[in-house]
Amino acid sequence: MPAVPAPGPEVPQPVLAVRDLHVRFAGRVGLWQGLRGTKPVDARAVDGVNLDLNPGEVLALAGESGCGKTTLARTIMGLERPRSGEILFEGKRLGRSTKVLREYRRRVQMVFQDPTAALNPRQTIYESIAEGLRVHGITRGPAGESEEQLVARALSRAGLRPPERFFLNYPHELSGGQRQRVVIAGALVLDPEIIVADEPVSSLDASVRGEILKLLLGLRNDLGIAMLVVTHDLGLAWTIADRVAVMYLGRIVEIGPAESVLTNPIHPYTKALLEVVPEAGGIDRPFLAGEPPDPTSIPPGCRFNPRCPAVATGAAEAAGVLPACRERDLGLQELRPGHFAACHLMSREAGVESAPPPPPMEG
Amino acid sequence: MSVLSVRDLTVTYHTQAGPVPAVRGVDLSVDKGEVLGLAGESGCGKSTIANAVLRLVPPKTKVTGEILLNGEDVTAMRPGRLRAVRWSGISVVFQGAMHALNPVQRIGDQIAETITIHGQADEKGAQVRAGALLEQVGLPARRLRDYPHELSGGQKQRVMIAMALACQPDVMIADEPTTALDVMVQAQVLKLLKELQRELGLAMLFITHDLSVLVEVCDRLAIMYAGRIVEEGPSVQVFNDPKHPYTRALSGAFPQIGDRRFRMAPSGLPGDPPFPGNVPEGCSFHPRCPLAFDECPTIDPELYEAGPSRRAACLLVPRGDRVPVAP
Repeated sequence: MPAVPAPGPEVPQPVLAVRDLHVRFAGRVGLWQGLRGTKPVDARAVDGVNLDLNPGEVLALAGESGCGKTTLARTIMGLERPRSGEILFEGKRLGRSTKVLREYRRRVQMVFQDPTAALNPRQTIYESIAEGLRVHGITRGPAGESEEQLVARALSRAGLRPPERFFLNYPHELSGGQRQRVVIAGALVLDPEIIVADEPVSSLDASVRGEILKLLLGLRNDLGIAMLVVTHDLGLAWTIADRVAVMYLGRIVEIGPAESVLTNPIHPYTKALLEVVPEAGGIDRPFLAGEPPDPTSIPPGCRFNPRCPAVATGAAEAAGVLPACRERDLGLQELRPGHFAACHLMSREAGVESAPPPPPMEG
Repeated sequence: MSVLSVRDLTVTYHTQAGPVPAVRGVDLSVDKGEVLGLAGESGCGKSTIANAVLRLVPPKTKVTGEILLNGEDVTAMRPGRLRAVRWSGISVVFQGAMHALNPVQRIGDQIAETITIHGQADEKGAQVRAGALLEQVGLPARRLRDYPHELSGGQKQRVMIAMALACQPDVMIADEPTTALDVMVQAQVLKLLKELQRELGLAMLFITHDLSVLVEVCDRLAIMYAGRIVEEGPSVQVFNDPKHPYTRALSGAFPQIGDRRFRMAPSGLPGDPPFPGNVPEGCSFHPRCPLAFDECPTIDPELYEAGPSRRAACLLVPRGDRVPVAP
């Protein structure tokens, strides 16, 4: 059993669990380099992730572009194949058999960033939503509802009322916010337990975003749907998330209750991410320098050490953890109740030994 | 005197479906060394203003009103004069600027070209100046020999900023300059823009939908809705104490982390921004306004004085009612 989010006896069993997940994308080299013997280097997009999603919970997954958050979400959806590790749904290991996957894909639904790209422009709204039912061979609802009733209920739950008015519309006739509601209705019609939303509002107008977030939060409150929300916007996490996980270079480096992570962060990277959230006091504060990191060359030791302010300012050296930062990889350590971070310095300050890293890729 | 001043600007696009009024009477002015932020949602006309100021609107577009750059009317300039003024009087950094670089030309040559075309230096002098400009935007001068594909998105945007500064303009327009960038890089580029603006005493018109970014870098803010300015004033005041319900809703869309009022309480507006050709009667915001009352559908509000150097186009202002603070 991994050292990470071990649920206590009072915590319900997670509806979805990710264990030591590794996803790699094959590297490529040009012909000339290949002839000279250069070996392609794989991108380790997800590099040992452990994550639990509890029933009815909103978990925000944050980080820079290229940190692997979208790859993690897509792998959970079965859209990318992991190299190793496993995904547990309701405690059962997700196999590769089509039958199990099909059932899983009904109960776990995805909402994409750009609703215009997610909807077929030549399909009416009714057809778009009914398609999910047809793919899964559902002709009647649990209480004997007809297809039309199921589609109408999904639209109306997504805030498109009266639903009949939208049946024969095409996506281009709707506004951006309405289109995202159609995408959400398409997920709801299959009565899912989990919704994975990848940047669900970042392509929408500012005044419309709040309404879509309100809708997502309402679905959790009324229907008990658990949500994994991938976002680069920590303000969004503050508005709707119960817990926040911060990813850096394919690993979760901090995870915990939203209020604790966002107002009292432990990991230097989370602090740096919070520092760049715009604020009214002007822009004269230090920011983390450098570009988003490269998953084809993950540094040894703590993967954040080349950019870490605690290393740069000498705080790590003063505490005597600098060699560990440079050389020893590490995993998540519970430093406050339910609040985990992977940082040699913060573990040392808390007087505990930093946790071992997740096991390397099998095979 | 204002470096850039716009008086009663209207811009009407010519489309197959008929005229579309994108900007419907806008006044604004930017002083030397000042940053004016222009905020609003898609279709509100903010980018149209930028394009009209640079005279980059499509040929059949109808532009009325005055656009004064250092007292000279841009709308009346002859083509030769206009070419001279672009980049040396007024320059622009666009959102997709990263894609504006020529992929088969070294970036040094691209920057130098701007300088030589404007006759500010010879070939050799231009290369030297291009190197100095790169260092000014935080890139080593040796990158002059790089091609665009060798740079990251943030670095390309830095090159575009260097190019916009190449001919020492008085005004720089930044139209969503950081929208396509990653959060961390966005903060770095914003900081660079602000530092350069301060150092060079540039007048700057900063356009974005992201109100929280504007509060960070602007002295004054103008909020646009449906082709008009609905509120203006000092940026922090406008953000923290909005006088117009639309501004309140916009600032609510960018919650401050740690502010308990936003925790588990997302707030937005019902409906969608109006299509430019189909703006509601009376106050254009009334169908979405949570505070609308019986006069709103009939009276089109002007910008009323709403405290020292503040104005807002809302009928609540002359009535003396306060807009409750978000959310």
